[in-house]
Amino acid sequence: MDKQMDLLQGTLDMLILKAVSLGPLHGYGVLLRIQQISKDRLEIQQGSLYPALYRLEHQGWIASEWGESENKRRAKYYHLTAAGKRRLQTESQKWNRMAELIEGILGTTAEEV
Amino acid sequence: MRIWNRIRSWLDATLRRSRVESEMDAELRFHIEAYAEDLVRRGVVHQEAMRRARIEFGGVERVKEEGREARGLNFVESLVQDLRYGASNMLRTPGFTAITVLTLALGIGATTAIFSAVNPILFESLPYPHAERIMMISDMRQDGSRLDVTFHTYRELLERSRSFEVMAVTKPWRPTLATTTQPERLDGQRVSAMYFRTLGISPALGRDFDLSDDQLNGPRVVILSDVLWKRSFGGDRTIVGRQVTLDDNLYAVIGVLPSAFENVLNPLAELWSPLQYDSRNITSVQTREWGHHLRMVGRLRSDLGSEQARRELDTIARNPVRDFPRPAWASLEQGLIVNSLQHDVTENVRPALLAVLGAVLLVLVIACVNVTNLLLARGVRRRGEFALRAALGAGRTRLIRQLLTESLLLAVMGGVAGMAVAQLGVRALVALSPAELPRLGSIGVDGPAFAFGVGMTTLIGLVVGLIPALRASCNDPQMGLQESSQRTAGGHQRARRALVVAEVALALVVLVSAGLLLRSLEHLFAISPGLDPSHLLTMQVQEVGRRFDDDRVKYQFFAQALEAVRHVPGVKTAAFTSQLPLSGDLDGYGIQFENDNSPNGDYAGFRYAITPGYFETMGIPLRRGRLLDEHDMAGAPAAVLISESLAMRKFPARDPVGQRVRMGPDIGRSDRPWYTIVGVVGDVKQVSLAASDSDALYITTTHWSDVDTVQSLVVRARGDAGALAPAVRNAIWSVDKDQPIVWVATMDDLLWSTAAERRFALILFETFALVALILAAAGIYGVLSGSVAERTREIGVRLALGASRESVLALVVRQGMTLTVLGVVIGLAGAAAASQAIAAMLFGISRFDPATYIGVIVLLAGVSVIACGVPAWRAMKVDPIVALRYE
Repeated sequence: MDKQMDLLQGTLDMLILKAVSLGPLHGYGVLLRIQQISKDRLEIQQGSLYPALYRLEHQGWIASEWGESENKRRAKYYHLTAAGKRRLQTESQKWNRMAELIEGILGTTAEEV
Repeated sequence: MRIWNRIRSWLDATLRRSRVESEMDAELRFHIEAYAEDLVRRGVVHQEAMRRARIEFGGVERVKEEGREARGLNFVESLVQDLRYGASNMLRTPGFTAITVLTLALGIGATTAIFSAVNPILFESLPYPHAERIMMISDMRQDGSRLDVTFHTYRELLERSRSFEVMAVTKPWRPTLATTTQPERLDGQRVSAMYFRTLGISPALGRDFDLSDDQLNGPRVVILSDVLWKRSFGGDRTIVGRQVTLDDNLYAVIGVLPSAFENVLNPLAELWSPLQYDSRNITSVQTREWGHHLRMVGRLRSDLGSEQARRELDTIARNPVRDFPRPAWASLEQGLIVNSLQHDVTENVRPALLAVLGAVLLVLVIACVNVTNLLLARGVRRRGEFALRAALGAGRTRLIRQLLTESLLLAVMGGVAGMAVAQLGVRALVALSPAELPRLGSIGVDGPAFAFGVGMTTLIGLVVGLIPALRASCNDPQMGLQESSQRTAGGHQRARRALVVAEVALALVVLVSAGLLLRSLEHLFAISPGLDPSHLLTMQVQEVGRRFDDDRVKYQFFAQALEAVRHVPGVKTAAFTSQLPLSGDLDGYGIQFENDNSPNGDYAGFRYAITPGYFETMGIPLRRGRLLDEHDMAGAPAAVLISESLAMRKFPARDPVGQRVRMGPDIGRSDRPWYTIVGVVGDVKQVSLAASDSDALYITTTHWSDVDTVQSLVVRARGDAGALAPAVRNAIWSVDKDQPIVWVATMDDLLWSTAAERRFALILFETFALVALILAAAGIYGVLSGSVAERTREIGVRLALGASRESVLALVVRQGMTLTVLGVVIGLAGAAAASQAIAAMLFGISRFDPATYIGVIVLLAGVSVIACGVPAWRAMKVDPIVALRYE
């Protein structure tokens, strides 16, 4: 499989929510965590991450505060809000339903029709 | 909650702008540095790591821009930015800005002006509570046309109909108010008691009429309009209960109407008095109560529709009852006409107004097309700029927004200037408007008109900007940057050409309409009124006062006045007539010829009770026999003249001279003499130039059965007729200074005003047509000169390869004329369809009048040749050497 898969529209938001749901992260950390969870199969265009972060923050799914990074530098940390938690839940449910549906359709053989 | 969160985040970001910016900077820097450190850890040299980190991150500015956008920060920010950018852009191209704003100002201004006239007349409801329930009820003639009701018809409907809450009838009234200085003749109405209640209006001061006021020989009471009250009585609140003198009788003022009251049934009326007709004597038919001269209004019950009322009145009309016997002329056998008051008031002007509104909208569309065209052309010149901005990180939506902001800015400037144009336009409209235009007082740039203008401006800003914006934003930045924008004349020309074709087509529609109206008016004025209108002064003189109850005194006043007028220097001849042609007077009677045996007369005609000298003064030609002279006055046998048309109709093969007739009230009366026809005179247009009725009978004032207390004076002047007016007026007042003189006008004025409605429409259409023509020409010119400028190199190559200069000229002209021809073909179809809308205003020509269509096509072709000529000339003058070196 290609290392760099294009993200489906709207899935980046979900991935970010998932990443910060596992613990507060700065922007670069979000990027690393997504790569880590996806076992490096997914690479995110670095520049596209921040507009998404700001959008999520603007919508109130995530919140941010300044803190200190591993290498003792000031960094902005994002964490999931209560609303963001609910959002992630409904989004993942929706995603799962959709995935099942698509899988069902794609798995259909001629005999089954 | 979530919305609140967004607003807070937006406010936060907006208010602490600089902090947000610096935080964003810090955050992105952190990211890049952290990534670079990771790379260093993997063994990349520090400097190389930083470089790679930056490249992989992508455009920092773009990310920041998108970040701002995500926070909703950009909305206000970029709006301000766009506005500033747009404004500086406009200042950089003042010529372009001026032309665009001017074009839009004309379009928006003209449309808003027309809208502010049309809106209160056609679309707004009348200024009465539940105005939609006020109905106008009329009798119907044999031919289905409207006829005023008789008083007894009104009474029968009042008694039998259940559809209306209240009903009322009214007729005009022209009393003379005695004041300390000159007597003032006023317009007013005689009304039945419920008139104001039907309209839903009550007096601001005093009381309304009661049923007890409206009885035969009832009290003399009067209600004043606010304007009259303020003008003649200084707004004195003690006026109620006081007496005023009207026509030598004392009337008690019982009320004053509110200032906002608008009397659409008779806009000039300033005072009202009860009708006081006799409701008992229904069986004698020779009374005013059986005359068709009342206008009837009714207020529908709130639970009924107009259709139900119509059906009910129809049933009543078709089922006479014994209590309400009807004479033949008020038998209601045709049924009744029931329309809303709104419909009735606006019926006559509706076609003209809608046509004018349509025309002005076409002009507006042409203006918008033109501006779109200009913007497209400018978009081409700015291609490099857009490409640069796109390359620097401006998104497509951002570019579109920028361009839309610019076009909106142009539209707003056009709109502001347009409001000024609208103000002027409304003033001009009111000054030009025909007297028939109802609700003149309510025409103005008011709230709705203003809202209309603002809405239109916004819409235009978006519409004219959209195509250029979409087009500019689709450009591939790389191509745009490389291109010197001179070499290719690409697809944008197609859009511009299509727009020019549309412009020409629309202009043709307006031009054809204007042409048809112009030709109609020409046809109309080619018709002879049957008299010589030059040097002719007219005015209406009235006798008021009880001392004129004696007929002899009445004759004496008019005779003395006439004598005095004849002695005024500059007066050639003068005469009195009971009705004046083309003045709005309408006075006709049945005519009975001696050897016919029908009781009421089979013929009808206009009645003119005149003094000798009338024909000489008016310039009406004698066709046969002799004119009337001083010997035909009292004492001599009654001699009359008839009009040529009547003579032809009644005596196609015989000489009418010597035949005897009777007219109107004298028909069937043995105590009245037969009149002998002594001559035939030419036909005169009485109603209007367009009307064909001209059967008439002329009799001297002394032989008519009673004396008209209102007569028109006609004076033929040696010089300027208008200048003679004060002297003539003073001559009459030297006989009796208490007699009102009104409606002073030259015959030329009267003639002119009979075509007022057509002329009104024509002036507007001509103006619009001119604007449309100029805009279309500007469009053709713009496209061609743009195209020539872009093709300079190509033209240079052609010339260098041996093409003749004439062929280059032909090339450009052909290009322009192709557009014109296409536009004309499409426009012809449009014009043929649109002419339906003005069909009612045409006279003497078909709406497909070939001369008009050909004339317009020739005009349009000529103008577009000129518009092509300048760019073509420029193309011809291209120097191949310079052109090839051009880049």
